[in-house]
Amino acid sequence: MESHAHPNRLGIRGWVGGGRWGFERYLYTLHRITGLGLLTYFLLHIFVTSARVFGPASWERAMDSVSGPVFKAGEYLVFAAFAFHAVNGIRLGLIELGFAVGRPIEPIYPYATSVGRQRPLALAVMLIAGVLAVWGGYNFFFLD
Amino acid sequence: MRDRTLWTWHIFAGVVILVFLGLHMTIMHLNGTFPTFNNPFGGEAESWRNVTARARSLFFTVTYVVMLGAALYHGLFGLRGILLELNPGAGLRKGINVGLSMIGLALFAFGAWVAVTAPGVMSRVGG
Repeated sequence: MESHAHPNRLGIRGWVGGGRWGFERYLYTLHRITGLGLLTYFLLHIFVTSARVFGPASWERAMDSVSGPVFKAGEYLVFAAFAFHAVNGIRLGLIELGFAVGRPIEPIYPYATSVGRQRPLALAVMLIAGVLAVWGGYNFFFLD
Repeated sequence: MRDRTLWTWHIFAGVVILVFLGLHMTIMHLNGTFPTFNNPFGGEAESWRNVTARARSLFFTVTYVVMLGAALYHGLFGLRGILLELNPGAGLRKGINVGLSMIGLALFAFGAWVAVTAPGVMSRVGG
C-alpha cells in the first residue's frame, strides 16, 4: 500500500509496466486487473440476482437477459479470474508471513535476492490456476 | 481505524471469500463435475426450484450474507488502495473513504435484505 511519503509517481503506468522487475511484478498487475474485474462483476451480480424477490417470472427474465454464448464466455472469464486471484492471493499471504522467501543472508557480492527463492511458488501458482481454469472450462463448455 | 487493522481485515475477508466463493463456484459452475452437490432438484443450478431450495436453507442464507459482507469489504478496500496510490489530496482522500464506505454499506443492506427475504415475496405483496 502506498502512502504520501512514497508517492507512486508513475501513476497508472506504474501499475502496468513491470520495468526491470521480474515475473512476479506482472502477477501483481494481473492480480489487480482480475480484482477490479471481479469487483465489477460482483456489483452487477448483486442487482441481477436480486430479481429473485420478485418471483419466478422475474427471475427467469433476469437469467434470460444474461444467457447466450457471450455471457457464458464472460462467466467463464470470471471463473478463471477468481481461480487466479484466489491462488495468487494465497501466494501473497504466504510471502507476507515470511514463507518461501528464504532466510536473510549477508549482502556479499555477487548479490543474491529472494526473487529466485520465490520463483518456484509463483510458478506453482500459475500451474494450479491453469489447472483450475482448464477444469472450469471443461465444465462450462462441455459438461454444462 | 489504523490502516494496519483495515489491512488485516482485508486479508481475513480474503480467506472467508476463498472458502465461501469456492463453495459457490463449485455449486454454480462445477455442477458438471458435482451434479447433485446442493442442487436438490438436479439440472441447472440457477433454475428457480434450486434457487428457492437454497434460499430456504439457513446455511446458504448465512453464507450468502457473510460472503456479501466479506466480498464488499475486500473488493472496496482493494479499490481504495488502488485509488489512494494516485496520491489524491486530503479532501479527495476523505471523499474516497466516505464514498466507498457508504456504497459498501448500502449494497450490504440491499444484498442482505435480498438474501434473508423469502424468494418471490415482493410479487406476493404486489411490489
